[in-house]
Amino acid sequence: MATATPHHRAGRLTTLAYLFLLLSQNIAALLLLPLVLISAILTLTWIGLPFVILTSSLLRTLADSQRRTLTHLNPKNPLHSAYRPLPPTGITRRGTTIITDPATWKDLLWLISAVPSLALLTIPTTLLLHGTYHLLHLLHLTGPALYDFYTPTTPLQHLLLLTTALTLLTTGYLLLPPATDLYTRFNRLLLAPSEKARLTARVAHLATSRANTIDTQAAEIRRIERDLHDGAQARLVALGMNLGMAEHIVEQDPHTARAMLAEARETTRHALTELRALVRGIHPPVLVERGLHGAVHALALTHHLPITVTIDLHGRPADPVESAAYFAIAELLTNTAKHANATHARVHINHGKDRLVITITDNGQGGADPTNGTGLIGIQRRLDAFDGTMNITSPPGGPTIVTLEIPCALSSPKTSPSSETA
Amino acid sequence: MRVVIAEDLALLRDGLIRLLQAHDFTVVAAVDNGPDLHTALTHHKPDVAVVDVRLPPTFTDEGLQAAIAARTHIPGLPILVLSQHVEQLYARELLSDDTGGVGYLLKDRVFDIGQFIEAVRRVADGGTAMDPAVISQLLARQDHKGPLAQLTPREREVLSQMAEGRSNSAIAGRLYITEKAVSKHINNIFTKLNLPPSSDASRRVLAVLAFLNGQ
Repeated sequence: MATATPHHRAGRLTTLAYLFLLLSQNIAALLLLPLVLISAILTLTWIGLPFVILTSSLLRTLADSQRRTLTHLNPKNPLHSAYRPLPPTGITRRGTTIITDPATWKDLLWLISAVPSLALLTIPTTLLLHGTYHLLHLLHLTGPALYDFYTPTTPLQHLLLLTTALTLLTTGYLLLPPATDLYTRFNRLLLAPSEKARLTARVAHLATSRANTIDTQAAEIRRIERDLHDGAQARLVALGMNLGMAEHIVEQDPHTARAMLAEARETTRHALTELRALVRGIHPPVLVERGLHGAVHALALTHHLPITVTIDLHGRPADPVESAAYFAIAELLTNTAKHANATHARVHINHGKDRLVITITDNGQGGADPTNGTGLIGIQRRLDAFDGTMNITSPPGGPTIVTLEIPCALSSPKTSPSSETA
Repeated sequence: MRVVIAEDLALLRDGLIRLLQAHDFTVVAAVDNGPDLHTALTHHKPDVAVVDVRLPPTFTDEGLQAAIAARTHIPGLPILVLSQHVEQLYARELLSDDTGGVGYLLKDRVFDIGQFIEAVRRVADGGTAMDPAVISQLLARQDHKGPLAQLTPREREVLSQMAEGRSNSAIAGRLYITEKAVSKHINNIFTKLNLPPSSDASRRVLAVLAFLNGQ
């Protein structure tokens, strides 16, 4: 819930630029208003429903764009939307969901309030424009007559005109911040989702992420079971058989028994190699021994590319967070090696605002698509369990920058800033 | 030869004791945790120590830390570290004091008793014994920079054999070349890595260290 907007954080010029953006959004809102009203009337018959779906999607896009602008004006107090998720199919069901969503009605209120909002923004803007016009006229940069009917001739008239111009400009300039402030407060109030809507959206998100987490874990456990069953377990059976047979024939045929024992030793070695790979996939030992710090350095050392690792953590995140972060980094670096065609990568880890922030950059060809590839979706799912986010910037031609953020606290203050190229 | 053993699993500890005693080692202490290991190392000053990386009380890299700490008190104290997994990071840390007398092997290597005992003896003599798994990880990297990039593929092969701790004649046998050719390769490696003339053993350690650092 956004309540108050502290006084203009951005400079006056920036505020002015945003002002024009807000103005254009409000003008668009005014244009949309009749369309919405028409579709509202049409809803009385079934024909209106497709219109409602169409106009509401336009309305939501517009409202969201204003939410983003208002967030830019005051980034500390972000404004999110919280609409009920729409059913994927069925015009009636979609239409009903939209109409019964209180957020729709709040948006409508915002749309109607575009008129007073526009007036609020127009006052300082008009004053400034007129002041500038007067000033330009004084400098003989406009036509001969002011507003086409009045031409100042005497010095006194010029002085009067100058006074008017300065008064207009000053008033406009002074009014600009309070008008924007009032506008921001008013619109934030209308655009902020209600507490109930916010919580509903949150619950829906948690339900999805919980289901994903359970799915991911179940799949992991199945994989481990299969690996143990087909790998180490099977090898131990073979080992026992070999040993049993060797024991049986050791006196009659020591030579064959000896060969069988050697085979048994080899089987043990294979089983150990498999178990080692399995353990690494579950929870790498170096992560237990050295934490995220050591594990990421160890990872960089054995990677195919030179990787610069900088870690600035005062303490350690909880074990599950370390593990998720480690596997995400490992997966992303594997992707870099496989697809990016890069010659160098960087991993930066720090902690701020109660979040673990991991940035992975490479100088490759870019074009990574977060919606494509099971690896990236897997990372997103892992992070979802912690309310973490993944952000990928990868324009064609590169570079690729992936930012992971995981909300978490750090335990046991232990300074370990370090930087190393592997 | 006097040896200290640190291993927390009784089964493995007893196995190691039996194995080493059978090969004319005198086990002066067999401990099962980090603090005891540190005391045993500084008190007995053994000819060689065989140490498990993970030990109580923290069950992290307690054994490795105790070994590195003991080597700062007694430079060059020969230590062979055993582990269920190998990390290049640890290999680097073990070798970083340039004094040699360091081994780092997977526990499976104990299966081959002849080679294992040879590795323990080599480490006691101030040599190195790096696990082939560490070496193969290094060779998988295609992007060696600096002096290492100047090595020919053959020289790199010789260097990785050196890192595992093989003598010139053993390397010659492995690569099917003459001992003379091996020593020529090794001299080229020393020159290319800019290693100042000093005792052959310490130059070998420095070369291996350069290799591990990927320089």
